[in-house]
Amino acid sequence: METTTNNSNFKSEEYFINMGPQHPATHGVLRLLLTIDGEIIKKVEPDLGYIHRSIEKMCERDSYQQIVHLTDRMDYLSSHINNEAVCLTVENALQIEVPDRVKVIRTIIGELTRIASHCLWWGVMGMDVGALTTYFYGFRDREMINDIFEETCGARLTMNYNIPGGLMFDIHPNFVKRVKDFIAHFKTKLPEYDTLLTGNVIFQKRTKGVGILTKEDAISFGASGPVGRASGYSCDVRKHHPYSALDRVTFNEALKTEGDTFARYQVRIQEMWESLSIIEQLIDNIPEGDYKVATNAVIKLPKGEYYQKVETARGELGVYIISTGTKNPYRVKFRSPGFSNLSLLSHIAVGGKIGDLVATMATLDIVVPDIDR
Amino acid sequence: MNHISLSITKNIHNWLFSIMPEGAASITEMVLIALVYLAIFAVAGLYLVLLERKVAAWFQLRLGPNRVGFKGLLQTMADALKLVSKELTGTDRADKFLYNLAPYFVIISSLMALAVFPFTKEFQAFDINIGIFFLIAISSIGVIGILLGGWSSNNKFALIGAMRSGVQTISYELSVGLSLLTMVLITGSLQLSEIVEVQKNGWLIVQGHIPAVIAFMIYMIAGTAETNRAPFDMVEAESELGAGFHTEYSGMKFAYFFLAEFINMFIIASIATTIFFGGWLSPFGVTESIPVLGVFWFLGKTLLIVFLMMWFRWTFPRLRIDQLLTLEWKYLLPLNLLNIVLMALIVWLNLTIQF
Amino acid sequence: MSYFSDIYKGIKTLLTGMSVTGKYFLNSRKGAITQQYPDNRDSLKMFDRFRGEVVMPHDENNEHRCTGCQKCELACPNGSIEIIWDRKVDPETGKKKKMIEKHIYHLGMCTMCGLCIEACPTDAIKWAQNFENSVYDRSYLTRVLNKPGSRLKPGVEE
Repeated sequence: METTTNNSNFKSEEYFINMGPQHPATHGVLRLLLTIDGEIIKKVEPDLGYIHRSIEKMCERDSYQQIVHLTDRMDYLSSHINNEAVCLTVENALQIEVPDRVKVIRTIIGELTRIASHCLWWGVMGMDVGALTTYFYGFRDREMINDIFEETCGARLTMNYNIPGGLMFDIHPNFVKRVKDFIAHFKTKLPEYDTLLTGNVIFQKRTKGVGILTKEDAISFGASGPVGRASGYSCDVRKHHPYSALDRVTFNEALKTEGDTFARYQVRIQEMWESLSIIEQLIDNIPEGDYKVATNAVIKLPKGEYYQKVETARGELGVYIISTGTKNPYRVKFRSPGFSNLSLLSHIAVGGKIGDLVATMATLDIVVPDIDR
Repeated sequence: MNHISLSITKNIHNWLFSIMPEGAASITEMVLIALVYLAIFAVAGLYLVLLERKVAAWFQLRLGPNRVGFKGLLQTMADALKLVSKELTGTDRADKFLYNLAPYFVIISSLMALAVFPFTKEFQAFDINIGIFFLIAISSIGVIGILLGGWSSNNKFALIGAMRSGVQTISYELSVGLSLLTMVLITGSLQLSEIVEVQKNGWLIVQGHIPAVIAFMIYMIAGTAETNRAPFDMVEAESELGAGFHTEYSGMKFAYFFLAEFINMFIIASIATTIFFGGWLSPFGVTESIPVLGVFWFLGKTLLIVFLMMWFRWTFPRLRIDQLLTLEWKYLLPLNLLNIVLMALIVWLNLTIQF
Repeated sequence: MSYFSDIYKGIKTLLTGMSVTGKYFLNSRKGAITQQYPDNRDSLKMFDRFRGEVVMPHDENNEHRCTGCQKCELACPNGSIEIIWDRKVDPETGKKKKMIEKHIYHLGMCTMCGLCIEACPTDAIKWAQNFENSVYDRSYLTRVLNKPGSRLKPGVEE
């Protein structure tokens, strides 16, 4: 208590509690310093750095091909999209036009990643508000996607399937069939998610009107992804700056205006439907062609600064590379969605109960390695 | 049972009284009965844990424990063994005396409540004439243990859990009491054996029809809250408080809390069986001539209600603490009071359904 | 009246939720999604592309395809590959040639990124599907991929 919190802020009834780094609700090694008056939260201070691996510094040591595999380990639930971001940056800098086939495959796998991430989030969200069974139902559906990834990319989580210039290898012959199976399966399971959890009166009471984030706050805190969109802030990178094959599909940006926990929940559920529709539009017409274009074995970006943003399952991931023309970047900066989304927490959780904090945390959908990097 | 086992108990009774003076014999008899109950319910508690784990697994597309013993039947025994052999840890500057006392409050209160249940005709350790009152009184003692455990652990998470538990139990005690009171209006007696006798003309949930069903629903909600199980597990609220009041307990002391939770669940279900579903009576008096089968009916009905509580647990999200109180004071309590009036009217106008 | 309709609606949503879990409970016999892992070892087959560990295949004459070009060593982001090589006389041609002595692979440092296998010009190393890689001593995780006495397959050129 003496070390980190300003003692003069304490009133006699308030006390301090240390949530994390080992706590089930913080989803990783995140520490929250809570000042509580009974059950009511007066102050939340996130304390970061428990899983900082200095990925940005390691990127300065690595070649551009090697950077890609480090981004797997940031937001490990949308690793493919992270990889894609780095590859797009490098490809743009080198002015390589990747084949259409690569673009389509990248988009399909990216959207599958998004669904997998949201499945996991849905399960964990249910668990955080106390419905333990949702976890297993969410994981059941995520497992099918992971199998698709494993068959095509060779790994389930840290896939590293993208390389600058395309893909590491072509999709597996079973890929299309498996994806179609999954779509058919998931279309029957998503309505079940709604009957089990969304409609539940306890769940609605727990989430409606909790952790309200206004649109102004969302913009000023730099919220992105479902968190921003639930507050009515249209911030889908896929819509505003389409990359890969996202310019050739039609989908709706999931938008809500309430800005509360339930709105964030609904946005993610709707995003799963939208991702399914994107995959459906692309899966039947994957163009023939090469799966990569040849790049030099040693990639040297021209001198300059490059920025590329993509929409991960959590929001806007920006990759900023400064190159001095050597084979290593001079500086790499990742603008990770989790970091700015977490900064909201101390703003929106104050005044709620401990249970509200947990529910709010769950809908911010934090992946701590993404915050700490 | 009354032919076979009663003669056994009678023989033991006579034998004991023949070999020692009266006082010593009664004490020995009580100790023997206590030991039997302890043994039965330690095993019952362990198997309820196993049942919970299996049921949870089946709800969650899993297999559940299936390695230790035949189809995992010995799993919880092995767990108990492990817990016995574990080190008993504690926190610095904890109130050691209260800290060690707390688990016993919890386990003793739940074991005491078991004594009054008529498992079948005349198979009852303690047929007190204020049975329901005794049950309600005893079941409130457990919360003292939880409060003590949370308070003396010197852990703020445990303290929050314990305080929640206090609030919750005090509130929901009312609903449990009132919903049982509604049924007592029909029976006119608090004695459990008598309540079962009354139901020979039809189970109380049938006799009391609409108000009885409402009372049963209220009882189930409040009873689930009494046992601190999901969706009312604010006390443990694993995603909020870690493990709640028993965060700092380990080994056998933790096991006492754990076992008590399951025995409490069994007690709540047993009360429901006895009051609403005719206790050991078989449906339509099918096996009335064989009272031994009463145990089977009693356990069958109880386990069905236990299963219902497990179903709640593995389906519903947890309520928030203020919603928990809203539910009690704004919904259950007014409905309950209305329900009592309704039941009183029905009993007064003789509208109960009798067979 | 909304008080009572709220109660009714609330109970209805709870019951619909219970119907979902109840359905799974009744179908639990065929629906388990978990695997009985150590028991299903025989039937458990990983996908062909699964990245378990890096191996160097040898043919029946104890010949491998590694020329010692060190491209994998350069490609590896973590330094998990070390190649110890020497110039030796090729017994067939009689010329001096770069040959590997040891192709050392530190499994403990490997992040399974696959860049080494992408970089290999002669397909000398590939992924194995073995995933049971735990050992009691981490020195076991350092492996020499080329078998003792093995040599470069004739005809494999960089």
